[in-house]
Amino acid sequence: MTEQLAAYSTSTGEAVQFWVLGTIAVIGALCTVFMRRAVHSALCLAGTMIVLAVFYLANGAYFLGIVQIVVYTGAIMMLFLFVVMLVGVTAADSLKETIKGQRWLALLCGLGFGTLLITGIGHASLGEFNGIGQANANGNVEGIASLIFTRYVFAFEITGILLITAAVGAMVLTHRERTERARTQRELAEQRVREGKYLPPLPAPGVYARHNAVDIAGLLPDGTPSELTVSKTLRERGQIRDVSQEALNDLRALEQRAEERLERTAVEPTFKSAYERSEEASK
Amino acid sequence: MNPVNYLYLAALLFTIGATGVLIRRNAIVVFMCIELMLNACNLAFVAFSRMHGNLDGQIIAFFTMVVAAAEVVVGLAIIVSLFRSRHSASVDDASLMKL
Repeated sequence: MTEQLAAYSTSTGEAVQFWVLGTIAVIGALCTVFMRRAVHSALCLAGTMIVLAVFYLANGAYFLGIVQIVVYTGAIMMLFLFVVMLVGVTAADSLKETIKGQRWLALLCGLGFGTLLITGIGHASLGEFNGIGQANANGNVEGIASLIFTRYVFAFEITGILLITAAVGAMVLTHRERTERARTQRELAEQRVREGKYLPPLPAPGVYARHNAVDIAGLLPDGTPSELTVSKTLRERGQIRDVSQEALNDLRALEQRAEERLERTAVEPTFKSAYERSEEASK
Repeated sequence: MNPVNYLYLAALLFTIGATGVLIRRNAIVVFMCIELMLNACNLAFVAFSRMHGNLDGQIIAFFTMVVAAAEVVVGLAIIVSLFRSRHSASVDDASLMKL
């Protein structure tokens, strides 16, 4: 009886590993289903797959464990993340139900299916437990290789054909033929003139020499800031910095000091008038 | 611990994946749930391989992985081309087969 039990159970270490990592795997799977954003789902699924790789290693499937990490978490999940980035990370699933009560029915179906599967396993007579030790005696990779290239050689060849077909299929599906001719630079310029858009290059940002940062609007001759000088992206993000009066006053103080040191008396009239007018405008 | 527990875990993961396919409407997440189901099957295969003491289960799991890789490549290409034509990855919007 005890011998049978010993053959039937695994070591305590593996049991602890199973219960700890199994919980993580189930939580990861649940998060995959219930996270609203696709990126979070993908990351949770990657975690579950790594846990499964550890289980493969614990079950003596060393080759599959490594392949799981390299192919699944390394290649497939990264491909998923690439597509999520293409489609848009911020696009969260809408929570509006299109079919009434579909979510609860789906949960009910899932529950029923799970109960069916688990009671099925519980009733099956799984008396046989041989352990993988003997099969792995000559090495796991060698054992798999000798089986693949003898008994499963046709399946292996067909898998190769499948992979080639999939690669060609993906290229055909994502390749897009250009239907119209790309417009030349001359045509684009003529169109711009016809539409009456702003033709010359846009004015540079920055206020005098102290603020040539791109997020500060340049001043027009009358001292008012011009929105046109700041890049469109910054304008749409609302990241334009104000030309504060304090900075202007600083600048004026600096110039006055410079003038005193240089012992200049007359101030250039254009500068002076620009300051005064900007002050008036701000008031 | 009885190694049959691995089968229970596989059944649980498969069920979660199947429920996800029914609940979610984002095509990418549905696809991820399918991957989860495939992985659960692989775990069951590996556990069976250990129970029976031969490597056939592991080889089937290996073939499953190759087929899953091919499936992901084609499936994601379909999702990308759907997104290009409809600007949405929701399975509700793709009610017609034509693009």
